[in-house]
Amino acid sequence: MSLLNIESLSVSYADEKVIDRLSFCVNTGESVGLVGESGSGKTQTALAILGLLPGNAKTAGSISFDGKELLGAPEQELNRIRARRISIVFQDPMLALNPYLRIGEQIGRILIAHGLCGGAEAKERVIEMLNAVGLPDPERQSRAYPHQLSGGMRQRAMIASALITKPDLLIADEPTTALDVTVQAQILELLNAIRKDTALLLITHDLGVVAGHCERMLVLERGRLIESGTTREVFGAPQHAHTKAMLEAAPRIRRGDIPSPVDGEVLLKADGVSVSYREAGHGQLHAVRDVDLTLKRGETLAIVGESGSGKSSLVRAILGLIPMRAGTVSFYGETLAKEAGARAAKTRRDLQMVFQDPVGSLNPQMSVVDIVREPLLVHEPLLTNAEGVQRVSEMLQQIGLNDVFLGRYPHELSGGQAQRVAIARALILKPKVLVCDEAVAALDGSVREQILDRLRALQASSGLSILFISHDLGVVRAISHRVLVMYLGRLAELADNESLFTRPQHPYTKALLDAVPVPDPNLPRKEYILSGEVPSILTPPSGCAFHPRCAYAVSRCARERPAALGTNSSVVACHRADELSL
Amino acid sequence: MITISTASNAIGRARVSRLISISGGILVAIAVIAIVVPWLSPNNYLDTDFDNILAAPGLAGAHLFGTDDLGRDLFVRTMMGIQVTLLVALVASFVSLVIGVLYGAIAGYVGGRVDAVMMRIVDTLYALPFIFIVILLMVVFERNFLLIFVAIGAINWLDMARIVRGQTLSLKEKEYVEAARLTGVSTPRIILRHIVPNLIGIVIVYVTLTIPQAILVESFLSFLGLGIQEPQTSLGALVDAGVNQKENAAWMLLIPGGLLALILMCFNFLGDGLRDLFDARQSP
Repeated sequence: MSLLNIESLSVSYADEKVIDRLSFCVNTGESVGLVGESGSGKTQTALAILGLLPGNAKTAGSISFDGKELLGAPEQELNRIRARRISIVFQDPMLALNPYLRIGEQIGRILIAHGLCGGAEAKERVIEMLNAVGLPDPERQSRAYPHQLSGGMRQRAMIASALITKPDLLIADEPTTALDVTVQAQILELLNAIRKDTALLLITHDLGVVAGHCERMLVLERGRLIESGTTREVFGAPQHAHTKAMLEAAPRIRRGDIPSPVDGEVLLKADGVSVSYREAGHGQLHAVRDVDLTLKRGETLAIVGESGSGKSSLVRAILGLIPMRAGTVSFYGETLAKEAGARAAKTRRDLQMVFQDPVGSLNPQMSVVDIVREPLLVHEPLLTNAEGVQRVSEMLQQIGLNDVFLGRYPHELSGGQAQRVAIARALILKPKVLVCDEAVAALDGSVREQILDRLRALQASSGLSILFISHDLGVVRAISHRVLVMYLGRLAELADNESLFTRPQHPYTKALLDAVPVPDPNLPRKEYILSGEVPSILTPPSGCAFHPRCAYAVSRCARERPAALGTNSSVVACHRADELSL
Repeated sequence: MITISTASNAIGRARVSRLISISGGILVAIAVIAIVVPWLSPNNYLDTDFDNILAAPGLAGAHLFGTDDLGRDLFVRTMMGIQVTLLVALVASFVSLVIGVLYGAIAGYVGGRVDAVMMRIVDTLYALPFIFIVILLMVVFERNFLLIFVAIGAINWLDMARIVRGQTLSLKEKEYVEAARLTGVSTPRIILRHIVPNLIGIVIVYVTLTIPQAILVESFLSFLGLGIQEPQTSLGALVDAGVNQKENAAWMLLIPGGLLALILMCFNFLGDGLRDLFDARQSP
């Protein structure tokens, strides 16, 4: 008999069914991936198993765990099972951990609450567990508050708290979505290595994660189970059209059509850009140091790096949204003022931006037509009302939205629709340069593909240049002509798409590439997993900032900072770039 | 998670619209009655009826709510009190709303030195004793009906400005504000189009707190003899008068007091409902 047996489970709210007759089982010790796009009912399934659904949810069917029925079981009984025999790791460890309790104390409380051991022994076992999840100096870290740990360390602590009771089933709900790709690789490795006999139900939207870490997988679409089987089977021969589409849309860094390099005039040029913030008690925080870049007409330049690498600060400084400490930006050979407000209207309309959070970048109190039209009101005040609306409608059409959306408000839009509106607003003035700051990061696979297609089409028809910030290398591979890799505010490598992905010159680039989960269960996992996390930018390491994490570092790397050397088309900042073949 | 919020939104919206329509309806009804009905009454607020001093409420005589210790018709006086109270509350809140929101939004959005100077001015004004200022104003400008509004509004806007400034500080980091700056939207337009409308949720909550507060301050001033002057009256003044007669004429306290409570409650529910309505727009 299997450990967890779900039979024809249905969950509905009012008259909306979010899970529809879902049946599956999880056996002792196995790892199962539960995959689906947002709104497919993955999280609802997890909450149903734990008995954590909100009060207005109606359920039907059966969830039996180790022979006991969980659906409708009294709270007392569930409390004996939750955390003791079934544990969960949530997406955002900052929200899941209590900010007022020290890490060790809150993990220890689980043991004490379940009567597994007393205070003194709990403390010992917590430290042992923290050590096992790879928290450096567990003795000290157990006395830290959650906010004092980095994102990856918090998630490790979360895993420690989930596994401390040696549960039979661990549910991990998007455990790595909020983390950088290099840290994601570490956490996934850890999950698999440490769980031993604990069965794992891994909920994710990322097929690459499932391919590398699950034996079996289940695919959900709008609350229905549309496909299940061993990971190899499903990846090898998907049966359902939706699964095929998902696999198709999964970003892959090793294949696919890549844009060929463009050769146009240089439109935008940034020289020696540095950005620093004043940080209370720490003096200056140098977010970006001395970065050069050029952007040609009709070209997409991607900027990649882990969080805190200065990508956003760099483009915001170029756009004049935040002050630049040093450096110059020129557009069509003309040096621009440092402040957006001081730039000529002509330049301002030529440089536009799309932000990461699709809903957050739209004013909730304005309708779609008002949002998209606002730039016209500023730059073409002579336009009549009707002409303005006409232009908005044409723009929305181009981006794939019809006139129905004109009167809608942001909260009535899905993520993909909201992002289209944001793109429409940025493009209505027909800019020459579009800056996309993680513009597709919050979107589901298929929607992301559609948006990228639109951007590519616009680029082909109007010669738009794009500065594309992303941490997702699959997307970067698919859309960019050239790629700039940043690490702790400095340029690490700049190369064209093909050479960067096939012949990376900087060890950091290589590490980023290897950390990307590949949606193919037959490929061996990468051997070069980056250890540790991005150091604090307040106290960057000496010499080459990457040397403490670099597998190829030599003593010189700790002493001297490598200069960014190379030709126009490829630049690399590494002492050993010439001798290493990565 | 979308599904849950849609479901609860639907329930929430129905509740919200009911709250707004019931409490709003009662307030409008009270206001209309208070303005229209005294015209139809044979009594007016000044005349004293020496045959019916401290008469109990009833349909028998001409005095629906009874009379006070001077024989004045309490019904007409209560209606007048409602008029004055509503006017004081609305005008005072409006004054504090307009000044406070604009002041706070400008200080918060522009930031830097402008912010520092503007908020230090607020701090300085806070330090001045309110009652002292009001007495001073009354002495200088004679007793003036309008002055009460100005005095109450001028005190309340300080809190409003602080709250709005705090909220603006977080709103100005929003990406839609950045997008507007990037396009070259002017600062006044950003404040009016992007900042102020998104403050509505918190502003409404605060206004529903200032309305009752303004009503209370007005009755307090009247009690000190600095507010509404006899023979004119307000609900607060009527309640004060009623307290003195509570042993032999309980209706003088209960009727205006009950109406005051009803009005305050309706404003609170109205604010509650309006806030939920605007919140629904802000979050998906």
